[in-house]
Amino acid sequence: MTLTAKDVAEITRLLEDSAFDELTVELDGLKLSVRRAGAAVASGPPEREARSAPAPQPRSPATPRSHREPASGPPPRPEVASSSEAVAATQEVTAPLLGTFYRAPKPGAPPFVEVGAAVEEDTIIGIIEVMKLMNTVRAGVRGTVADILAEDGALVEYGQTLLRISKAASA
Amino acid sequence: MTIRRILIANRGEIAARIIRTCRYLGIETVLAASEADRDSVPARLADRTVCIGPSRPSESYLKVGTIVQAALAVRAEAIHPGYGFLSERAALAKASEEHGVVFIGPTAEQIESVGDKLRARAAAQAAEVPVVPGGAVGSVEEAVSLARRIGFPLLVKAVGGGGGRGMKRVERAEDLPHAMQLAESEAGAAFGDARVYIERFVTRGRHVEVQVLGDGLGRVIHLGERDCSVQRRYQKLIEETPAPRLPEPLRERLHEAAVRFAAGMAYRGAGTVEFLVDLERDAFYFLEMNARIQVEHPVTEAVTGIDLVAEQIAVAAGEGLRIGQSEVTWRGHAIECRVNAEDPARDFQPSPGLARAVRWPAGEGIRVDTHIEAGARIPPFYDSLMAKIIAHGANREEALERMWQAIASTRIGGMTTNLAFHSTVLANREFQAGGVDTGFLARLLEQAPMSVEARFG
Repeated sequence: MTLTAKDVAEITRLLEDSAFDELTVELDGLKLSVRRAGAAVASGPPEREARSAPAPQPRSPATPRSHREPASGPPPRPEVASSSEAVAATQEVTAPLLGTFYRAPKPGAPPFVEVGAAVEEDTIIGIIEVMKLMNTVRAGVRGTVADILAEDGALVEYGQTLLRISKAASA
Repeated sequence: MTIRRILIANRGEIAARIIRTCRYLGIETVLAASEADRDSVPARLADRTVCIGPSRPSESYLKVGTIVQAALAVRAEAIHPGYGFLSERAALAKASEEHGVVFIGPTAEQIESVGDKLRARAAAQAAEVPVVPGGAVGSVEEAVSLARRIGFPLLVKAVGGGGGRGMKRVERAEDLPHAMQLAESEAGAAFGDARVYIERFVTRGRHVEVQVLGDGLGRVIHLGERDCSVQRRYQKLIEETPAPRLPEPLRERLHEAAVRFAAGMAYRGAGTVEFLVDLERDAFYFLEMNARIQVEHPVTEAVTGIDLVAEQIAVAAGEGLRIGQSEVTWRGHAIECRVNAEDPARDFQPSPGLARAVRWPAGEGIRVDTHIEAGARIPPFYDSLMAKIIAHGANREEALERMWQAIASTRIGGMTTNLAFHSTVLANREFQAGGVDTGFLARLLEQAPMSVEARFG
């Protein structure tokens, strides 16, 4: 049993039409939790408005966001515990162009992928906006999202690592 | 407005040079660099570097949307385009303004009108600036009849061309129809604009250009001229100011014509009006206007003491012209040699590679604008300019002597460069006498391909 993006959209709509703040679906060992924005949770997707306020630039030459210091992204998340499948090498998904990275199709919508999500080569993992033009970014590899490094609404440079995918053992 | 942060949409020596002035002014710099330039000297000098795309210019330095997006994302108030790349594309000037980012340069409209050779010619005529006899021709019949009036040899030029591209020299009337058809189809393919015009070919001419600065409201001053006649296939190699052995009245007429032309369009920022000085007729003609900072601007800075990049930024920030014409003074003589990664023995083919031991000259009156240090790679994607060596002296002799020493003390290991060729030119008697025409270099290459003549002086 796999969930498609359409299924997720359908589940999201169910929640939106309901009086509840949270909806959890469990199927075949897959657990999906959907929460309303504003509900008291720690890990909701960041608000799209965050993009209008990038961190101010310090005046010293040692700026924290230089490309030479890739650690300037969000603190690395703990690696997903390896599943029963043998975990092959991880592959980085990098930004194909400079622009503003969005993890969700529109403000408030659930992110395309979260850590632990299964992805196919053509699974959309995010959008990069360049002057109002939306460019979709695909996983490019089959596997599981191990780590998401790029922040929603942040400037990503060409070649910057957006997320890491643990490649599926059998290709 | 106050400009506190500038996005530099360029690379190489000019990026490093812009950063230097910004530092002096207390302005932060963000370098928009391609993948090949992430670890370049300008990337290290800038306060911050953002990678805008792969090495190929069409995927990085030439992407208008990406450049503006980068400026917005890093919250730069202004974009400095340098020279080349997007510096004379109206699209960047337009997109910048539309998104509230200051374009450090002329308006999109001004870029368009000087970029179109026929419009520029018409603007020159309107400002009573002489143009090379010739004009637009829509058909072979028109071309033949116009050619009869201006005489041969003549040039068939593409309206959208420039810098020597899209030009055909025609010696005889019977060759004109074919040359014209060829030029039209080439211009259509290369510039997306098949229009051509014809001009008298000046057999012995000098390339003299005038540096101007405008406030965008109609006030324009000039900072003197530069002689760029030492060129090969329209690629300049050595530039100097003032232009040697130029009759004083002619020099003044050039300055006045340049100011009239730029003032006629209320030109904004730094620009250069290029002229062809016809040695046989003691006349001069408008060639084109370059709506950007030029490679050879440092010779003007050396003799006037004016920082052209600082003035560009001041005009862009709305401060207008901070110098009056009467305050501009010229001291001594300055000369510039362009050090290129190219092989004079192989028809000046670019020779990219890794610069091993690098030693640039230093000393009284010597300035070096470069982005190359030991271990720097000259990528194959961009132009071959490695450095500009500028020598300033009390007079031309002193400037030349200093340049000779500077070239002699420069060391670039592991690369093929045109350094030795510069020595050949500097040692040439005709060049030392001053005032050579644009055919000088080609003649020099014919007689003595690579031998260095006797010691300078």
